[in-house]
Amino acid sequence: MPELFLAGGTVLDATGTRRAHVRVVDGMVVETGDGIEAGPRAQVLDASAAVVCPGLVDLHTHLRQPGNEEAETVESGSRAGALGGYTALVAMPNTDPPIDSAAVVRQVLELGRASLCEVAVAGAITMGRAGERLAPLAEMAEMGVRLFTDDGAGVQDGRLMRRALEYALPLGITLAQHCEDASLAAGSVMNEGEWSSRLGLPGQPAEAEELMVMRDIALARMTGGRLHFLHLSTAGSVAMVGAAKAQGLAVTAEATPHHLALTESCLSGYDPNFKVNPPLRTERDRAAVRRGLADGVIDAIATDHAPHTQEAKEMPLDQAPPGMVGLETALAVAHTELCSGEGPLMSLAELLAALTWRPAAIAGLHTRHGGPIEAGRPANLCVFDPTARWRVDPEAMATRSRNSPFGGREMTGRVRHTIRAGEAVVIDGQAQR
Amino acid sequence: MAERERLLTPPLGGVFVARAQVMTAEDVSRATTRIAHEVAERNHGLDDLVLVGLQTGGVPLARRVADALETAYGQAVPVGSLDVAFYRDDIGLRPVLPEAVTNIPWDLTGLTVVLVDDVFFTGRTVRAALNALADHGRARSVQLAVMVDRGHRELPIRPDFVGKNLPTRRDEMVDVSASGVMLGDVVVK
Amino acid sequence: MTSLLAVEDLGATGIREVLRLADSFVEVSERAIPRVPALRGRTVATVFFEDSTRTRLSFETAAKRLSADTMTFSVSTSSVNKGESLRDTVETVAAMGIDAMIVRHRSAGVPWQVSRWIDASIINAGDGWHEHPTQALLDCYTVRQALGRDDPFPGLRVAIVGDIKHSRVARSNVAAFSALGARVTLVAPPTLMPPSLEGWPVEVSHDLDAVLADTDVVYLLRIQAERMNEALFPSLREYSARYGMTRERAGRLCSSALIMHPGPMNRGVEIAAEVSSLPNSLITRQVTNGVAVRMAVLFRLLGAPEASEALVAHA
Repeated sequence: MPELFLAGGTVLDATGTRRAHVRVVDGMVVETGDGIEAGPRAQVLDASAAVVCPGLVDLHTHLRQPGNEEAETVESGSRAGALGGYTALVAMPNTDPPIDSAAVVRQVLELGRASLCEVAVAGAITMGRAGERLAPLAEMAEMGVRLFTDDGAGVQDGRLMRRALEYALPLGITLAQHCEDASLAAGSVMNEGEWSSRLGLPGQPAEAEELMVMRDIALARMTGGRLHFLHLSTAGSVAMVGAAKAQGLAVTAEATPHHLALTESCLSGYDPNFKVNPPLRTERDRAAVRRGLADGVIDAIATDHAPHTQEAKEMPLDQAPPGMVGLETALAVAHTELCSGEGPLMSLAELLAALTWRPAAIAGLHTRHGGPIEAGRPANLCVFDPTARWRVDPEAMATRSRNSPFGGREMTGRVRHTIRAGEAVVIDGQAQR
Repeated sequence: MAERERLLTPPLGGVFVARAQVMTAEDVSRATTRIAHEVAERNHGLDDLVLVGLQTGGVPLARRVADALETAYGQAVPVGSLDVAFYRDDIGLRPVLPEAVTNIPWDLTGLTVVLVDDVFFTGRTVRAALNALADHGRARSVQLAVMVDRGHRELPIRPDFVGKNLPTRRDEMVDVSASGVMLGDVVVK
Repeated sequence: MTSLLAVEDLGATGIREVLRLADSFVEVSERAIPRVPALRGRTVATVFFEDSTRTRLSFETAAKRLSADTMTFSVSTSSVNKGESLRDTVETVAAMGIDAMIVRHRSAGVPWQVSRWIDASIINAGDGWHEHPTQALLDCYTVRQALGRDDPFPGLRVAIVGDIKHSRVARSNVAAFSALGARVTLVAPPTLMPPSLEGWPVEVSHDLDAVLADTDVVYLLRIQAERMNEALFPSLREYSARYGMTRERAGRLCSSALIMHPGPMNRGVEIAAEVSSLPNSLITRQVTNGVAVRMAVLFRLLGAPEASEALVAHA
């Protein structure tokens, strides 16, 4: 692998900000600094006017393989991730078959070996994600799985969730919950409230999420288990997680770019690309989620990248599957929403914490991702131009699906290069393979 | 009313600005009486005769002809009204909406119908009116009475009774009311 | 306006214009030969993914009386049962060359989706719980006809009673009646109300008996028995006792009050059999007027491009 030289950028990591070139050899950062020079045969990448940061880590990606390769494959999803600045993705287990055994874990890891991002795997908590019997957590943990979730559904049975948390304790793993009370959410298409009433659509109340957040905080307190809350979407959830953290419980939480940017009113034109679970909520909820992220109650921004085929998203709204693609827009959306414009909510360093080093720690990927950019560290890097303006075009995306809610929107901030294990997999916004 | 005039008159379009008076109120009154007599003469009386005014300008004129007939012959002639919007040949090409509800509460089969309009122009309104009348029965005969014939026919239709033949330019406009007939222009607002 | 998806597309001016136009089509409908050549050469397709023979017949009769050609697509005889997608289905029908598509679907929003895929005018003939604009127009027309005044709506007290939450008729009627200046009160148990009435120009009551005396129009909605399974009310008997238009309640209405129902009725549930045949019940007239009002809508969409804009601009 040729030497890489990232020239003229501003390095930003958990240790701070500095102007520095970065030299990468054989997958590792070998030298950083203002005065260093590229080797004679180095490939020089322009990082001027850009930020060089650790590669992004997504806690929540649906790669759809095995089972729904029409919508996405490990390969296409990783390419989308690399274009979005990601160097590691955690693949969700709601595939067909689901990732509930060592065999499927091995299959997905194998598929991800040659791809443009590092692909980690989340295992299911229960067999078949059916919420009835525990999946072989230890067997999967031995293969390196660090996150377990039945995402797509919450574990409805309180006793089963308690047992899972207890059983997980000695394994050093984290359980991640999709908080949704199935009975209160049954049949829903969107958030219950002003807009669902007007549009004549069945809604799910915020309480469908909040009841399970409340229960799981109680179970985390009871068991001492480690719990991660997926895609928090309501003001009540954010408040409860904040209180739990203040009590010292081992809980973490994520929010998605779409819940930071969009509200339920987006459904007014009945476009299924705005149907997602948990649903887009009210302006008040959106503000609370943004505030929660700024305050650190919410640790990470995770995409919940959920590709669906055009055919699926052209069904009537109540039949179309929920979900949005997000890998190629997450950094730009979050940056546009939180760091630019008048009165930004957070600094770029705080934003990158939520996109790189904090999710890397939650996913157990921090030895390779999200660490400081200094000699001797693996070179998983993202070069990001915070002033570039561009318009989202779903047709131009690398994901196999087109269900972006941000089509046509103007963004501020764009990924320029992505370096995965020392290889420039994205240069000037173009995937290299 | 002729299509161009419909298009250009309020509420659809411009305002009518009069340039010259071509008939006074008395002229219109005399012409109305004459038309009434001609109708009676042509039809050998008023039995089985109805007047149908075309919306909107023909309706008051039909009433005045009926009044003149009653004064002269002591016999009340029924007056109906007809809106031809749904029969026009330019539906979809430009805004067409009915001015009023058609009121022909009789089966026309076997009757003589005198269509009455204020201004006779291209003939397209009368063409539509003939089709519309057919939906109300098979009249024994249909005749046409107009206060002003201004020429520029586009269809092979001629009037039976005319108040005044008035040569005009195509882009002029004729306005008929009880107070007389004015020649003028439409000024688009 | 090229499509009629929701009452809001018309606004108060557009609604009044449709009502006025419907007068002309009522006259046409009463003739021995109730047909005019207005839409000769135009093709109107009814595409009903949800069966409703009465609504489909009403639209098709309206189209035929305007001399339009009609095409009928109904789900029970179609390739939808073979798994054809919504988009493929409507694009196939549109490819045959149509000027208007009348769409009914049990899912809210489908007419909006269809209007993004094809060029023809779309008329919403009912989408899920959301809207049924021609029903609201014919209801307004029927009230106006019954009261014999050109604009009886300002201050008119309309009570809509029953399953508001799941009712497209209620949503469209709230929009239409309130746009015309009527005062609308929704009457239902809380479980049959929409979760939020934010932005709805209505008053709310849970007590039918309390509003009866102060109501000019009582509009009863159909109750579907399957709602009981969703724990929305305990039994049809209990619903009927509290919210049904019984003979006794009808007697407490003021003498000029009108009784309406969109049909089909559950006699003995939301309305007693003998009440539906009272002289102040407009239920049959609603059906009759449906044809003329739908003729007005079709003529306005296909026959009079931009007419409304011109009328508004120079009124």
